[in-house]
Amino acid sequence: MSAFLRRLYFTAVALFLAAPIVVVAGVSVNEKQDLSFPPKGFSLSWYGQIFLDPGWRQALFASVVLAITAAALAVAIALPLAWFLWRRIAPWANVFQILGLAPFILPPVITALGLLTFWATAGFYGQPWTAVISHAIFFVTLPLVTLSLGFASIDRALVEAASTMGADDRTVLKTVVLPLILPYLVSGYAFAFVLSLNEYIVAYMTIGFTMETLPIKIFNALRYGYTPTMASVSIFFVAIAALVFGLIARFGDIRRLLGALSSDGK
Amino acid sequence: MRRERPQTFADYTPLFFPGLMLVVFFVVPFSTMIAVSFFKRDPTGFYTRDFVFDNYARFLSSFFGGVLGFSLLLAIGVAICCVVIAFPFTYLLTQRPRRIQTLWLVGLLSVLSLSEVIIGFAWSTLLSRTAGITNLFVWLGLMEAPVALLPSVWAVLTGMVYHALPYTILVLYPALVRLDPTLLEAARTLGASPVRAFLNVVTPALRNTLVATLIMVFVFALGSYLLPQILGRPQHWTLSVLITDQAIYQSNMPFAAAMAVFLVLISLALVGLTLLIGRRENAG
Repeated sequence: MSAFLRRLYFTAVALFLAAPIVVVAGVSVNEKQDLSFPPKGFSLSWYGQIFLDPGWRQALFASVVLAITAAALAVAIALPLAWFLWRRIAPWANVFQILGLAPFILPPVITALGLLTFWATAGFYGQPWTAVISHAIFFVTLPLVTLSLGFASIDRALVEAASTMGADDRTVLKTVVLPLILPYLVSGYAFAFVLSLNEYIVAYMTIGFTMETLPIKIFNALRYGYTPTMASVSIFFVAIAALVFGLIARFGDIRRLLGALSSDGK
Repeated sequence: MRRERPQTFADYTPLFFPGLMLVVFFVVPFSTMIAVSFFKRDPTGFYTRDFVFDNYARFLSSFFGGVLGFSLLLAIGVAICCVVIAFPFTYLLTQRPRRIQTLWLVGLLSVLSLSEVIIGFAWSTLLSRTAGITNLFVWLGLMEAPVALLPSVWAVLTGMVYHALPYTILVLYPALVRLDPTLLEAARTLGASPVRAFLNVVTPALRNTLVATLIMVFVFALGSYLLPQILGRPQHWTLSVLITDQAIYQSNMPFAAAMAVFLVLISLALVGLTLLIGRRENAG
């Protein structure tokens, strides 16, 4: 009885989470330029449009370039910071950790507006690279959290052994520490990448008037003319997210990353 | 390697780049925004330097009070719905085999990472007359003709719960997965049914976690800026939407900045409260 209720509950939550995605997937295979569901006819041409239509292709390209570079910069900021916090006793350095967590905890519109005023005052408003820095700061939280978890999981005896054998700081970092935290580094990058790909408000407030990333383009299409390409792009993004997180789960331990204490268990 | 205090200046070098980036591109913009909130609006450009309280004085208008009240109520509603749905769900999830947990976590992360634009678009389609859920009801014979379920405050609430639910589950997950299993065993040995054990043992044990999660989701929901625009009418706009609107479309940066500062203060106060609750839980 209770197993049945549990299954019912899980199914209801799954349905709630999947319903909009199913409808959008249905809309995306309409044959004509028509947002009907169930779809009329079947065609994958709207998926082709993502790559064939110059507008959508440019937006996709802009989004992917932004996500790749912003995630890399976020990791570049988070890695030395997390390493320092693990390696040294310096309580005041925790200020930087709080600064790294703040953009993610505060409502995003605040970070976006702060960056908008900043770039406008500095005179760089609308430059593509400003969005890279903005996203890197906005998402630095993710690699910072995963890397801090990674460092915390390192057995200090291992590092001690290496330095007793005569390895200096740099060698220890290269041969012991980095290989151990690599999975956490990769997942931090992946989290930042996927979220940057989907981010709207910060991108809109920094480069919204000069460039279109995919979320900006979808929103504009929502206002100025529906096309099933919006649906196909959305499904494309769901697929990318599922693929990335699936890979993290396959090669890493996603439960641990999300806060389970130990990876052994049921 | 033991943790050591930094000895020489060179020991601080790893901090240079992250510190510089965070100060220049987060602290400075943040301070700029606070400064701008005291500036005067310049209709032709962004603003003129000044020191006035006009932007804050506008808070006292009834229009602003209405928006603020609606934003807070909406965020409270979203937080309560999410925690009520997510708490039993997450509890049951942590009791499942590891493989099933992983599968759900991947799905939840995928939904969580979705752009608000995509979520808004998806729900606007699902609730529309032409492609929406009511077509299914008509087909099942429950309704006469398909209707549009949006724009409405319920559509906004549904969209925001959808957006915040995966977040809620992932915030609750660590606390529930680390819950001492002997607690439950003891309850079961003493004859409590699973439901009773959940209500009388698990829930009180995690009371502080629940309050903290409510606040976290509340702050998360306060940040929603697109769903009220896509799924609601202008009277359903929240503070976040209003900030965007003032900054971009009305070119009134100083007023937008003042509202943002206000939003920061509310969020910070609440996050501070969460930390305090967390500390008391760890101490006690």
